Amino acid sequence: MSTQTTIDPQAIASAAAAQEAAALRKALASAPRPPRPSALQTALAFGWRGMLKVKHVPEQLLDVTITPVMFVVMFTYLFGGAIAGSPGAYLDYILPGILVMSILFTTVYSGVALNTDLTKGVIDRFRSLPIWRPAPLVGALLGDSVRYLIGGTVIVVVGLALGFRPDAGPTGVLAAMALVIVFAFGLSWVFTTIGLILRSPSAVMNAGFMGIFPLTFLSNVFVDPETLPAGLREFVDVNPISILTTASRGLMHGNPDGTDILIVLATAAALTAIFAPLTTRLYRRA
Amino acid sequence: MTTQAPLAIEATGLVKSFGETRAVDGVDLAVRSGTVYGVLGPNGAGKTTTIRMLATLLRPDAGSARVLGHDIVRDAENVRELVSLTGQLASVDEDLSGHENLVLLGLLLGLRRAAAKERAGELLAAFGLTDAAGKLVKHYSGGMRRRLDIAASIVVTPQLMFLDEPTTGLDPRSRNQVWDIIRTLVAEGTTILLCTQYLEEADQLADRIAVIDRGTVIAEGTPAELKASVGSGALHVRLLDPEQRGEAAQILERELGSAHLEPDPSALSAPCSDADRAAEAVSTLGRAGVRIGGFSLGQPSLDEVFLALTGHTAEDQNDDEQAGDLQEERAA
Repeated sequence: MSTQTTIDPQAIASAAAAQEAAALRKALASAPRPPRPSALQTALAFGWRGMLKVKHVPEQLLDVTITPVMFVVMFTYLFGGAIAGSPGAYLDYILPGILVMSILFTTVYSGVALNTDLTKGVIDRFRSLPIWRPAPLVGALLGDSVRYLIGGTVIVVVGLALGFRPDAGPTGVLAAMALVIVFAFGLSWVFTTIGLILRSPSAVMNAGFMGIFPLTFLSNVFVDPETLPAGLREFVDVNPISILTTASRGLMHGNPDGTDILIVLATAAALTAIFAPLTTRLYRRA
Repeated sequence: MTTQAPLAIEATGLVKSFGETRAVDGVDLAVRSGTVYGVLGPNGAGKTTTIRMLATLLRPDAGSARVLGHDIVRDAENVRELVSLTGQLASVDEDLSGHENLVLLGLLLGLRRAAAKERAGELLAAFGLTDAAGKLVKHYSGGMRRRLDIAASIVVTPQLMFLDEPTTGLDPRSRNQVWDIIRTLVAEGTTILLCTQYLEEADQLADRIAVIDRGTVIAEGTPAELKASVGSGALHVRLLDPEQRGEAAQILERELGSAHLEPDPSALSAPCSDADRAAEAVSTLGRAGVRIGGFSLGQPSLDEVFLALTGHTAEDQNDDEQAGDLQEERAA
């Protein structure tokens, strides 16, 4: 590595390279600075990014959709007769709960995606831009809502195909889905917080499912808590996932319980109030 | 320094600690506008932490800095308007295509969708990536990713660019391409702060260099000044047969006082500024039967500068980097 052998880069640059240099000079010259975008514009740009990810990385959506679909099919025919007397009756019972499960599973990916950005270094680029600081987080929520809608729709369609007949019709189903999505927004802040604390995307995924999986099963998604032993039953009754499931059942079957719905909305608000600022703070220091 | 171009970066006493470790321990920098300023040091020396503070990603624990006239803490928003950062890990989204990455950046910088698309196409062409425009970045080669990364940094032409190890892990051809891009950027008036652990890179591109080790600047100057500060010059000898290097080193030590083995197994050097003595030493080698492929008398290489300044070579602390690369691969 002696320094006296200086090679003139211009002398060895090929014609193609020279052409590219000319194109680069032109590209550098023709870039007037546009006016600064609004907070909404930047959040929408990040929302668009989230949707592109649904398109380019469909595995993530499949993962969280296939498991609930399998549960619907297996549980309905395997346990339907034993638990509810007939598969049809059980389907009416579990489908709203499976909808809750499928959308809540998807929230874990909010944390996984954020951690991926962090470990891959792309967060550094976003943070070095002159944009509204929470834009990447808020935009990601917009992208996530598309996932929730797709995942939820798949479950409802599978349910309808198997014979699920909601008494409240399409309005009830939409209302239930809206309620679950609102709760999912609140819960996703928990996972974005975890996503900024743990070291790798797979650690976030493991931690996330280690939490959400038992919480979903120790609820009234699959069984009526009446049959559960004391202690467990008390836990299931206060589990927010149970309350959310009861509320969506009510909305779908035409007997909504206002108190449950209020508790769900309040829980979502509380989760957001605690974990959204926490996420934003961690993000600033990431 | 007062009469020259205004300073693009002016840092005094920057300090940043992580737990017990003082990653940056009082760094001063003065970078003139329109130049390439090299920050040279081994991994873990504090280069990236310094860059992250200057790019407003980290708050310094102590000290202050002005970037293009704006304070990096109080006036961070204005700094972000004028600079762009190309991080050590390529800061592009792997799950999007090259074109989508550039459109996203365009939108975030305030371009309308049509203008952002047009700009993306223009940049992809300028960086030789038109054919890969629709391909997901995770399928890009290292060199393509780097070029996209730099393209993403100039969607809106910045006044100052931070480049953190832009050629680490690249093959020589891709490295030369990136160097050409950097030269063009500077020729068009962009100021560049270039962090590198490659001495050759700093030597090739930088107008001035700060050598940084364990969080402090241990030397600063033009490449020529740095070399001059270490010694007047050196005789470089390349052997036809690497087996003979030990023997050759002994002879040079006898003739010129000391000899240094280069990373290349057939190359060695010895301090010497006098042409006659160099000629004498070379003919002694020839008489002793050492077969010589070539020799030259010149300034010491930056490798030697680093060794002289720090007492260890720049490659000493590379374990961290390799671990980092592995982690990156696993994540991919």
